[in-house]
Amino acid sequence: MTWLTQSVVGGLLLAVSATAFLALSGRILGVSGILFGLLKPMRGDTAWRVAFVLGLVAAGLVARAVIPGVDDFVVATPLPRLILAGLLVGYGTRLGSGCTSGHGICGVARLSPRSLVATAVFLATGIVTVLVMKHGLGG
Amino acid sequence: MPVLIAFSAAFVFGMGLSVAGLTDPAKILAFLDVTGAWYPGPLVVLGLGVVFYGVVNRLVTRRARPFAANAWSLPARSAIDPRLVSGAVLFGVGWGLAGYCPGPALTGLAYGKVETLWFVLAMVAGGALRQVTSRGVKPARSRPSPAASSR
Repeated sequence: MTWLTQSVVGGLLLAVSATAFLALSGRILGVSGILFGLLKPMRGDTAWRVAFVLGLVAAGLVARAVIPGVDDFVVATPLPRLILAGLLVGYGTRLGSGCTSGHGICGVARLSPRSLVATAVFLATGIVTVLVMKHGLGG
Repeated sequence: MPVLIAFSAAFVFGMGLSVAGLTDPAKILAFLDVTGAWYPGPLVVLGLGVVFYGVVNRLVTRRARPFAANAWSLPARSAIDPRLVSGAVLFGVGWGLAGYCPGPALTGLAYGKVETLWFVLAMVAGGALRQVTSRGVKPARSRPSPAASSR
């Protein structure tokens, strides 16, 4: 598959799943929100969240079996930076109430001003971070 | 029903991430590397997702209720506040450092790389830290009582 084909097919799968989730459950498909809701467990609100996380992992398992080369990569980021990144992503998505799925796809599609701003900010910040790491701190 | 819906949606979503190659953080870093060898894939994914979702959202949220739940659970806040912006900044930095965000990281756990596990553990720790330090802060959205969702 060319990069374009895999992006189009992948994008359509994301679109279908997110819209179906909205239409059926009435919820935004925002991974950080769904995941971190587990940190404040409420009766009747936990099982579907666990199922969601398991669904993502299950997809990874199946993808590994049916998409050649999908796991054929190295995570090159050194461990301390990786851990810092994780802490920032976890803290930041909680503080900012969302991530690329919740804000970037669902929120932007709904023309939510909060999501438009959040998405622009994290995109710009991500770009600047890569630039700084490339030329300044990491290489 | 909510369990089946959540699992299925996440499964298709995770497959989409995998097919698009977004579970490889190097591809995301290349997408963010706009002055270098830029990889446009995620832009196509995002664009398609946004357009499709926008159309369906418009149609479906006109309904009084979702198809399989008793009420909509959509975000309640509308104000652009400092938390939103600073949260997005912190998230953006983390994203730019490793090329991972929650969805691809969780999906990628299945690939068995210890680095992905480290990221996810740190991500959960970061989220928990925010949770613990935000006691008394009004939540961004009102969590509907479980009665609001169908069993």
